[in-house]
Amino acid sequence: MEWFSSFWATYSTLTLSLGTNVLLALSIYLTLSCGLLSVANAAFMALGAYSAAVLTLRAEVPLWIGVCAGAILAGVTALLIGRPTLRLSGVYLAMATLAFGEVVRIVILNAEQLTGGALGLNGIPQSTAWYDVALAVGLTLYVFLRLAHSHVGRTMAAIAQDETATELMGIDIRAYKLFAFVVGAGVAALAGALNAHFTFFISPNEYGFDRGVEILAMGVLGGTGSPWGAVIGAVLITLLPELLRGLGDYRPLLNGIVLIVVILYSPKGVWDLFAASRRRTKTVLAEPDSRTLTR
Amino acid sequence: MLLLRGIAKSFGGLQVLENITLDIPDRGIFGLIGPNGAGKTTLFNLISGMFVPSRGTIEFDGNRLDGMAPHKITRQGVARTFQNIRIFREMSLIDNVLVALTDTAQHSIARLLLPRHQGRTEAFENVSAMELLTRVGLADKARRMAGTLSYGEQRRLEIARALATQPKLLLLDEPAAGMNPPEKQLLMEEIIKLENSGLSLVIIEHDMRFIMGLCRQIAVLNFGRLIALGAPEEIRANRAVVEAYLGTDD
Repeated sequence: MEWFSSFWATYSTLTLSLGTNVLLALSIYLTLSCGLLSVANAAFMALGAYSAAVLTLRAEVPLWIGVCAGAILAGVTALLIGRPTLRLSGVYLAMATLAFGEVVRIVILNAEQLTGGALGLNGIPQSTAWYDVALAVGLTLYVFLRLAHSHVGRTMAAIAQDETATELMGIDIRAYKLFAFVVGAGVAALAGALNAHFTFFISPNEYGFDRGVEILAMGVLGGTGSPWGAVIGAVLITLLPELLRGLGDYRPLLNGIVLIVVILYSPKGVWDLFAASRRRTKTVLAEPDSRTLTR
Repeated sequence: MLLLRGIAKSFGGLQVLENITLDIPDRGIFGLIGPNGAGKTTLFNLISGMFVPSRGTIEFDGNRLDGMAPHKITRQGVARTFQNIRIFREMSLIDNVLVALTDTAQHSIARLLLPRHQGRTEAFENVSAMELLTRVGLADKARRMAGTLSYGEQRRLEIARALATQPKLLLLDEPAAGMNPPEKQLLMEEIIKLENSGLSLVIIEHDMRFIMGLCRQIAVLNFGRLIALGAPEEIRANRAVVEAYLGTDD
């Protein structure tokens, strides 16, 4: 186990960040997969991080209570702002959610008594263990995969393709969108709460526009065809800067280039490259398909 | 069954429909014709709840439809197809039908999270979806992507998807557009079968042979007004209708 402890000593933060980034990518995957361009995930992450950190710091509650409280607070907030904002679509929804993100950031900046304002919160107990993150990622991924392969996933894909047609199939599309928004907010808050408890320190600027774009990049890069796309996107965006460490200040540049190349050559994300090659083999093998009734 | 009373619709200053009053009977096939831009599709959009009428009421089986959310109107038993086909192109045919077919009451959270339970419900739904695809002659292509279908096939898929919502009234917006004569013939036979199964249908169509052969009653719209209503032979002889289509000779 010696190699593990030396590995962990160097890469523990990276590994844990990888886990929370997977959660963040999954959180935006859910809204993207029903065609919603919502960029409020960084704000929901902040809500989760701050409410959990305040609880464990000031009230000294166990980590898991803080985490649950953060996720619930974010979910309830999403429920409240989702009803009016989800009437918007496309870039208008992006603008509204972006504005919400700024509101959250400014509230945290000014609620100094509770949040420490611009100085941030210091000395958060480092109580997130690897198995906490593994459990959160495993559970979320399992539930999302089940959802994706169920009628819910199918309906969300339909909404993303043609909202009006889906609605006229007798489907309450607003309920589905709200569901995706609220669950996505909860998962983003979960990631934020876990993240805050291994970084020791959090400040409002960590959850600004840059973070929102980074989360969106993970979702888009990986692709919205499957939860696995979100996992791939998160892994790529987390590991690329580490692999490109030699490039120094040019790292963000290469990040951008990778993103552009993927969007140009596989607009549905990296996952679609796998899915497309699988589709090809499947059609060759199974045409005509005699097992249409047993899926 | 479907009662339109004094329906008007305007977009800004543009009056698209004016004072339309129509009774669409409980059974049978009702035709809706008129030159381009007469307001036929707008009338469908009002009935299916995509737009709210500026004036007037829409009643179906005793319930007011005007102002009701589109998905609730569908659940009342009113389904439709679209003039500019709106299938889910990047889904398989069977998934297209399943979206409309899924009875959410059959899917509880527990079933969602436990694969075995979910499988059973899905298998049952897959059988119904295949039946619907068989009805429109697309069963052999169930696993194909809907976007790869021909124009006529896409229209048939749209009908299958609309039927999956178990409608009492089906609104077909130019179902024969883009079909070749044998396809049209098959579609006519299918529509007659639907009528015999107790469904009532309203059809917008430009193909006169198609509409005259199917409908018991036809309404004619021109510039947003109802200019004629009657049996096919009456419509064919109606001066106002002939003028609307061909113009007057001075």
